[in-house]
Amino acid sequence: MDFFTNLSDKIGKKLEKGRPFHFLYSTYDAIDSFLLTPKEITTNGSHIRDAVDMKRIMITVMIALFPALLFGMWNVGHQHFLSIGEDATIWQSFGYGFLKWLPLVIVTYGSGLLVEAIFAQVRGHQIAEGFFVTGFLIPMIMPPDVPLWIVSVATIFAVLFGKEVFGGTGYNFLNPALLARAFVFFAYPSVISGDAVWISQSADVISGATPLSLVMNGSTSVLPSNWSLFIGTIPGSFGETSKIAILLGAILLIYTQVASWKIMISVIIGGLLTGTIFHATGACPILGWQHLLLGGFLFGAVFMATDPVTATHTQSGKYIYGFLIGAIAIVIRVLNKGYPEGMMLAILLMNIFAPLIDYCVIQLNIRHRKKRILRKKN
Amino acid sequence: MKKYLGPLSKDNPILVQILGVCSALAVTAQLKPAVVMALSVTIVCACANFIISLIRNTIPPRVRIIVQLLIVSALVIVVDQVLQAVVYDVSKMLSVFVGLIITNCIIMGRLEAFAMSHKPLPSLIDGLMNGLGYGLVLVIVAIFRELLGSGTLWNHPVIPQSFYEAGYLNNGLMILPPMALILVGSLIWIKNSKKSSVK
Repeated sequence: MDFFTNLSDKIGKKLEKGRPFHFLYSTYDAIDSFLLTPKEITTNGSHIRDAVDMKRIMITVMIALFPALLFGMWNVGHQHFLSIGEDATIWQSFGYGFLKWLPLVIVTYGSGLLVEAIFAQVRGHQIAEGFFVTGFLIPMIMPPDVPLWIVSVATIFAVLFGKEVFGGTGYNFLNPALLARAFVFFAYPSVISGDAVWISQSADVISGATPLSLVMNGSTSVLPSNWSLFIGTIPGSFGETSKIAILLGAILLIYTQVASWKIMISVIIGGLLTGTIFHATGACPILGWQHLLLGGFLFGAVFMATDPVTATHTQSGKYIYGFLIGAIAIVIRVLNKGYPEGMMLAILLMNIFAPLIDYCVIQLNIRHRKKRILRKKN
Repeated sequence: MKKYLGPLSKDNPILVQILGVCSALAVTAQLKPAVVMALSVTIVCACANFIISLIRNTIPPRVRIIVQLLIVSALVIVVDQVLQAVVYDVSKMLSVFVGLIITNCIIMGRLEAFAMSHKPLPSLIDGLMNGLGYGLVLVIVAIFRELLGSGTLWNHPVIPQSFYEAGYLNNGLMILPPMALILVGSLIWIKNSKKSSVK
């Protein structure tokens, strides 16, 4: 270990200010602090000592994503072999899905980190760890057969216009991973919507409609059982299908306090309530709670809505924010047949409103306290 | 002379003064309507500047906006009729935006800022240059949007068929207005990053 530390220090000395290759320092610094420990540590004054830093938080989210990812890999292979009518072992299915996922994730990291590195170089910033989770999420919300160049274009667009334009990690007001998906959804609708894209290289005879689009088309009679919706053996993207794997991730996130349980709970309540109302009025054939098992609702609630940068920061704001995400997602799903994946649009919309919600909550609190002071004075 | 070339780059109405953005977003999905729109605005801006400058000393200051509007709207009606007669299909595509040239801030701005206080010939050149500066941005944005959004330029297919066979797809977002805003924003970004005087 000492060998590496010394080696890294040696390289760092060569890139110090005044040296000819100083402009590469930010790249060096990013690699160094990712692999080893950060160089700058507070030395004086009292401060809270805690092991949690940005890197630790990001790694926790990635670990929480693993159950859904591993299941998704198997499921992509499973759906593929099912559709062409071949029997396959678990490992064959898993291997197939892994080979589908690997190029996606390489392309995402490659193009995203390229943009980040260019901006870090030009602005003299450090490369922040923020992209590691974004780059991990993007392949999980894409269809398995999406062309790689589209993933690359979408990632570059999302990092450039969703994040770097506003100042980089921590300053973005839109979730970059969802922005990448929204970009693909509006720019290249043929690769991400319809019935043909959700099973990898399926045979033509089999309709690869996701359960969500079955509901949208009104064909609820051929809907898979609630149990398989919950387990996740349904066509879909890598991350979204298995609700049980997502719940495992959610437990880890809540236990480590990385993601806010308030947002998760209120998204689910919002969705349940709206779904029930639509069912009661006859606008939607399925029950309220079944909405939670369809599409990317749960994945969005656990991993997307809780993004600490783009969500609301005030505690009571989190309830409002989450509730509106759940409600709007179901409203879009039920009322607009063209946009089955309402969760993505609902989260992006509420991302924009999050600062406003925070502002209102804070102002209300200020007014409330002012009144209390005045009452005491009198 | 340098003063008159300003609108093309240094004082560009869209990129620096951020005027006339609405129509720039609306008509740039294809190159042809963008060019027609750019020409219409240029003609209206130049003629209005010239006419207002001719009568600038006789306009009572209190009603000058109304007089300016009258002249601009008269010119816009003429342009609209000409467009309908000559290029009917493009006129249909532009629809309401030809009529809305009246409210284009660039024209009102130049009338107030330049024509009211300058001689006719300089005013004519100023109007022309501002119209061209507006048109320049329109054409740049429209080239990107039509090329990437529809794969054509001036309605001629530009991107070879072999690209599509290799899996290339047109970017549907380019045809939608949000992408026009992002493109104009990017142009402003490029411009500001080049010019160090804007801080």
